[in-house]
Amino acid sequence: MQITVTVNGVEYTRDVEPRLLLVHFLRDELGLTGTHWGCDTSNCGVCVVLLDGLPAKSCTVLAVMADGHEVRTVEGLAGADGLDPVQQAFSDMHGLQCGFCTPGMLLTSRALLDRNPDPSPAEIREAISGQVCRCTGYENIVRAVRAAADRAAEAGTAAGTVTS
Amino acid sequence: MQVPAQFEYERATSVAHAVALLQRYGPESRLLAGGHSLIPMMKLRLANPETLIDINGLDELRTISLEGGELRLGALVRHAELMASAVAGEHFPMFRDAERVIADPVVRNRGTVGGSLCQADPNEDLSAVFTALRAVAVIEGVDGRRTVPVREFHVGPYQTVVGDTEILVEIRVSVRPGGGSAYTKVERRAGDWAVAAAGAALWLEGERVADVGLGLTAVGADHFGAPQAEEFLRGAPATEENFAEAGRIAAEHCRPVADQRGPEDYKRHLAGELTARSLRRAAARARGREA
Repeated sequence: MQITVTVNGVEYTRDVEPRLLLVHFLRDELGLTGTHWGCDTSNCGVCVVLLDGLPAKSCTVLAVMADGHEVRTVEGLAGADGLDPVQQAFSDMHGLQCGFCTPGMLLTSRALLDRNPDPSPAEIREAISGQVCRCTGYENIVRAVRAAADRAAEAGTAAGTVTS
Repeated sequence: MQVPAQFEYERATSVAHAVALLQRYGPESRLLAGGHSLIPMMKLRLANPETLIDINGLDELRTISLEGGELRLGALVRHAELMASAVAGEHFPMFRDAERVIADPVVRNRGTVGGSLCQADPNEDLSAVFTALRAVAVIEGVDGRRTVPVREFHVGPYQTVVGDTEILVEIRVSVRPGGGSAYTKVERRAGDWAVAAAGAALWLEGERVADVGLGLTAVGADHFGAPQAEEFLRGAPATEENFAEAGRIAAEHCRPVADQRGPEDYKRHLAGELTARSLRRAAARARGREA
């Protein structure tokens, strides 16, 4: 069936099988391989994208369910003037090692800061509790999200407002 | 790579349309809400519906309201929305207790209240919550709407009274003054199903229990309930000793089975202890001593 999904601000119309999962639509149909594909059982969270602004596990959403909706992937984080503050903070604070969980972690962190510009470490841990980092970089991920929040507060931009 | 088998896909534009589609496609069709139980089961080929009827566009099922002395939850309310609801949390703090430990925050953005009830997993949390609250399910079909007490809603593991051409549209809970509620769960790790969990809703008159509702999950309790423990408590003084005794009675009457989450005796112990803890907290809330 024909679907139209807005991904990172761009409308894509494709003819897909109803059983196609959103993660494969993004990776295989649109070539947006920044969204990773992990456990396939909605446990690991590497496939997290923002669906209408909220984190969702794209291995457990059908592409047809995203018809007429907005998806944001890691490719849509950086703006014309550089990295999203969350991306910069992950880089600066060593919030990633192998990088496999990173796209999902970045998007969940972005959604958290959009809603709560000053999250406590406990709130950050809660927000990412549906996502697994097997390098066990949780400490640095939490530090990175806090750093992004601190910098946004210093710069006076609410929650590191997205530049794109 | 896990991929569901092929199926037809339809999108419902109203509840009546969803019912009409269920009629047209027959018993091998399934309603698709959040999809976080159904899609994984389809990937594993444990469920092989021939048609999925997507009800995610039915905004009329996404409301939380207080009407006629009842809290009314639309079946399509997402877990995250119930957790964030001020009106639901104010009247029944056990919703927040439970939602905090249902799956994880990302899954809660998609999974729905009605989907959880209709999936009817014997380890599911809201089934115990609604059992404790003596909620009523509103089901719509070809002949209109009917109501079923949640205590009669489940007819077995993964089985409910919702017919092949029916849809759960709403869950209603009576709001009564003088009450408090709480839900307590033990899980092995964040986001897991319960090893055991217990919910309690308590109404006090002075220091006596005017009414009480209990719900248990993951311990093989008949219809997620503990009616013998409720009967013991009703009219009794709201004391620590009586809460512990109610827990002992609840544990005695449930039928947990050993699995990877723990042995039978441990689960039975948890059923009693968590019942007592939820009662203690519900009483504190009823007395206004705890949020």
